[in-house]
Amino acid sequence: MPKRQKFRVNGRKVTVRAADDERLLWVLRDRLGLTGPKYGCGINVCKACTSHVNGKAINPCSIPVGQLGARDEVTTIEGLPKTVGKRIHPMQQAWIDHDVAQCGYCQPGQIMEAVALVRRTREEGREITDADLDSIRNLCRCGTYQRIRDAIRDGASRM
Amino acid sequence: MTEVDVHLDVPEEFDETAAESFQVGRRRFVGWLVGAATVVAAADLGAGWTSSPAGAVVPSPPQPPELYDLNEMLTDAARPTANLITVRINQDGTASFDLPRAEVGQGIITSTTMLIAEELDLPMNKVKVGLAPARPELVFNQLTGASNTTISTYVPIRIAAATAKLALMRAASRLSGDPVESLTSRNGVISGPSGSFSYAELTTSAAAIEVEAVNVVLKSPDEFRVIGQPRTRTDARKAVTGRKKFAMDLKVKGAKPTMVCRPPTLNGSPRKIRNKKKVLAMPGVTDVVKVPTGVAVRAKTFGQCIDAIRALKVTWNPGSVEGQSDKDIVRGLRQAELPLPNLPSLPVLGTKVIDKRFTFYFRGNSSLEPNCAIADVRKDSARIWGSCKSPIVAQQEIALDLGMRQDQVKFIVTEGGGSFGRKLFFDAALEAARISKKMGKPVKLMWHRADEPRQGRAHPLALSRVRATIVGDEVVQFDQRHTSVETDYRHGLGDIVSAMAAKLPAGTGNLGFAQTIFALTQEIPFNFGVVSQLLAETDLRFNTGSMRNIYSPDVRTAVELVMDDIAREMGMDRLAFRRKFVKDERTRTVLDKVAEEGGWGRKLPRGFTQGIAVHKEYKGVTAALVELDMRPKTVDRKIFNAVTGPRVTRVTFAIDVGQVVNPRGLEAQMLGGINDGIALALTSSMHLRNGRFLEASWDNYFYTRQWNTPPKVDVHIIDTDIEEPGGAGEAGVAATFAAVACAYGEAIGRTPTYFPINHRDEIAFKPKTFIPPVPPSPRNGLKFAR
Repeated sequence: MPKRQKFRVNGRKVTVRAADDERLLWVLRDRLGLTGPKYGCGINVCKACTSHVNGKAINPCSIPVGQLGARDEVTTIEGLPKTVGKRIHPMQQAWIDHDVAQCGYCQPGQIMEAVALVRRTREEGREITDADLDSIRNLCRCGTYQRIRDAIRDGASRM
Repeated sequence: MTEVDVHLDVPEEFDETAAESFQVGRRRFVGWLVGAATVVAAADLGAGWTSSPAGAVVPSPPQPPELYDLNEMLTDAARPTANLITVRINQDGTASFDLPRAEVGQGIITSTTMLIAEELDLPMNKVKVGLAPARPELVFNQLTGASNTTISTYVPIRIAAATAKLALMRAASRLSGDPVESLTSRNGVISGPSGSFSYAELTTSAAAIEVEAVNVVLKSPDEFRVIGQPRTRTDARKAVTGRKKFAMDLKVKGAKPTMVCRPPTLNGSPRKIRNKKKVLAMPGVTDVVKVPTGVAVRAKTFGQCIDAIRALKVTWNPGSVEGQSDKDIVRGLRQAELPLPNLPSLPVLGTKVIDKRFTFYFRGNSSLEPNCAIADVRKDSARIWGSCKSPIVAQQEIALDLGMRQDQVKFIVTEGGGSFGRKLFFDAALEAARISKKMGKPVKLMWHRADEPRQGRAHPLALSRVRATIVGDEVVQFDQRHTSVETDYRHGLGDIVSAMAAKLPAGTGNLGFAQTIFALTQEIPFNFGVVSQLLAETDLRFNTGSMRNIYSPDVRTAVELVMDDIAREMGMDRLAFRRKFVKDERTRTVLDKVAEEGGWGRKLPRGFTQGIAVHKEYKGVTAALVELDMRPKTVDRKIFNAVTGPRVTRVTFAIDVGQVVNPRGLEAQMLGGINDGIALALTSSMHLRNGRFLEASWDNYFYTRQWNTPPKVDVHIIDTDIEEPGGAGEAGVAATFAAVACAYGEAIGRTPTYFPINHRDEIAFKPKTFIPPVPPSPRNGLKFAR
């Protein structure tokens, strides 16, 4: 049964009526109108919906909204620039500079994964390796993988 | 800003004037100024732009594409209506243009912006290019396919822009008294001895009162400031900020999420819904209706649609290939294969025949954006939103299906999240229209990912037999018989007349299309004596369509593998063999380029091999040199939910595409084609088992991923004197596929005979549920936060 779901999205508190079991992707897209995260599979394999919860990469297609608490912070591509207090995040700028996007459908998810990857390797006190890039699961059916790799390394140096 | 409706009822007497002036010069054309409140300029092509003459005499007689290829056919088909392409100057000095093509990621909005910016001398950010809705008056001129957009619009769009600029120049001349010849234009400003005017100041006075034909001369390549320069996509910022809107991101009043519960076997159909009441009572569900393709459910969110689909109990009718599997289809194709010609009497000594047959399994052309469309069907009108490469025929067919007149249906073309051929059809738009009509409500229809491989279109399974006859050091005869499950071309040339022709009974109409496309695209750019390449298509039970580069990836791979065999037979190096037999300089140039840049024959660590291949199509020529890592530690590496296997570690690619519009965009298209070619060779296919495809998502259909993609790719663009542009969107696939296949053959020491190479391995995944037809959404996403 629908109930009031409270959590934070892109720096703001939100309250939305939805069943506990409804996946966060549909709460974001169909109820809150945040269409940056895309549907590509609905089962956490294509990663087109990649967003952040509390700064870590997650896939909202696979998270029942009831699992979020009032203080959990969801960041979608729309809210990424705000996390660094800018109009555009350095990773997004790197993406533009490398002209990565073709159709663009997967790119919000790719960028959110890239930012999380940089944070992970920073925490581990190391540089991004080819193996890190190989481990990215986000699918790009246009095949922009080489430019994604270049943009991540460049974006990391600007973060 | 003034919105102007353009009417181009061009009076007939203008035609003769136009025809005469076409003779004037290669870059001189007639443009039209259209009576309007501001400058509206149109292009008229007429007969002034002819196909290139036949090629030189060569030992192998020319094959059809050397004389008249598919792109010339599409360009000719577009020619009679190209005069309806118009560029408008707005009162703020910006220019607008509605491109009658589909942008699906290939970058044509950006390249079109460049063409207009070039001829108008406007900065790119002052040129606004949008997508035109379905415009039936364009007839053949609104089909996006065969990498033809730039080839067919390069001249007319520039004529329209140059015509608009001429109108502005003349207005500046009238106002200043300076002769037109003394004026120059730069960055949206026209300057002369007596002063300068911005385009914004000139638009009203430059407007034509009635239709007027004017002579314009297009810039020559040495005057280009924009064309040929690398430019970033005009939508790059929107794409990376999540503001780029795809069909499912649009808000259309009342259009609620809608999905379809689909049958468990290919092309099955619903007989009876057994629990409609129960599903209608589920949270958010507003409607449940039976349609020909399944049971449609409309709800407040797509999540609720998925829940409803999983709850539905439906009795199904059988599908079109009940009980059939890959091997049954292959058997059927074998029976349809055309015979090879008898060999001429040849000396017994020194004659060698190589005869190989290759199997190319079904592959998916689904984009990441699934099939989707919004439909709002009312009593006497309908509006459809979606990405579509053939919107005129979509509009016409949807009107027929709804029992409406064509003008009652409006098809609004949105930007697409990839196509790869899939969006030549409008399956979701037609289905959405039917559902909206039946529910009496607007719907936002999206296919579940599982629906895409299981009920969507596929690249048909094909066999390719290649026979080479060798006498001594010469190849005297080369024959290819390509046999394919039918490729559906029932979108015709984008209009209903040719679509109807393609729909003639028993596949005869479509076969004509298939033969035409095959004959107009396939070419072997080597001197192999008597060459024949023929297509047979059979088996109409599948949902198919063109997939990026259509026949060429399979056809070329079969040919290049046999070429490697011949080289080995002759004891020649594989590159030296190709250089010896290559027909033309352009092909030789790209071969040499990749060999040099990629280090053909360089010493590689044990377990690595190289492969090299070329392809000629779309008025261009490409070559790929790949390096393949076959070391056991690479081949056997384990990655969760993935296939690994051999890895391409390096690709050196060269393309001569004639005049390049946007090298950055061209390189992007080659990268995409390269990753497609790698998938076709090594990992991606669909398995037909017992009347249904097993694949249901991206963890089953193994398109190239980061762990398969080469860390090093270099794309070289050849400088040429050719002033006409070729096509880019599909040009990267065939040579890459073939080169990877050749590298693999070299590694295993025999010629691989089926693709992808992992197709006959044990299935690398557990097939997902067929009833219900979509898998549940996981609940453990937070566990994987990283």
